[in-house]
Amino acid sequence: MLTIDQVTHDAIIAHARRDHPDEACGVVAGAIGSDLPTRLVPMLNAAMSPTFYEFDSGDLLKLYRDMDDRDEEPVIVYHSHTSTEAYPSRTDINLAGEPGAHYVLVSTRDGADQGGPVDFRSYRIVDGEVTEEEVRVVEAYTDAEHSEQKEH
Amino acid sequence: MAIEVRIPTILRTYTDGERVVESGGATVAELIDQLETDHVGIKERLIENAEVRRFVNIYVNDEDIRFTGGLATPVADGDTVVILPAVAGG
Repeated sequence: MLTIDQVTHDAIIAHARRDHPDEACGVVAGAIGSDLPTRLVPMLNAAMSPTFYEFDSGDLLKLYRDMDDRDEEPVIVYHSHTSTEAYPSRTDINLAGEPGAHYVLVSTRDGADQGGPVDFRSYRIVDGEVTEEEVRVVEAYTDAEHSEQKEH
Repeated sequence: MAIEVRIPTILRTYTDGERVVESGGATVAELIDQLETDHVGIKERLIENAEVRRFVNIYVNDEDIRFTGGLATPVADGDTVVILPAVAGG
């Protein structure tokens, strides 16, 4: 299950709408081992494409260096599909390189870029196997979740 | 001194979970051969048809080797090499 706070959840959707009809992409970092996505990092889609996304290689290095410095890891890797459902494509599955991450997909198809409900779904992708998981959106992380995070 | 190589999560199965390993060589190609000697199987995840795989990024001292000569990029003791899988999809 993915637990995510409302503000971060909404910010991912806003990013996807902003970049529509191109795919939007980014990461939500969190403390190593916490499984709590706390720091949204919207990334530039270097492919600038409605059917593909890729982080710029220089941006990628900086992102991982920043996370290292903060003892963080990518808790969520997100991107949008702009004309298909929010389910990992074959390319998504082949290229998934973070077995510990929640892969979030949002779909801005059928006018969802303008308003109304947006499909927001989460998956684990490990060794080519896709497993959808429940998404729990919370107002804020509980004290228990936070204190567990601080111990790391 | 040696060359420090930072290993991404997905390849740590080859390094007994180590995030950072040491290696050697005069070029990135030689360094990868040395990595393969110490961590069998890792080379195939990095190289395809004698080129760095399209969705693998290798940096020497923060420079993506695609812009510095690819596998022929020189390395020396004290350098830092970072390997990162591309974050990409469709």
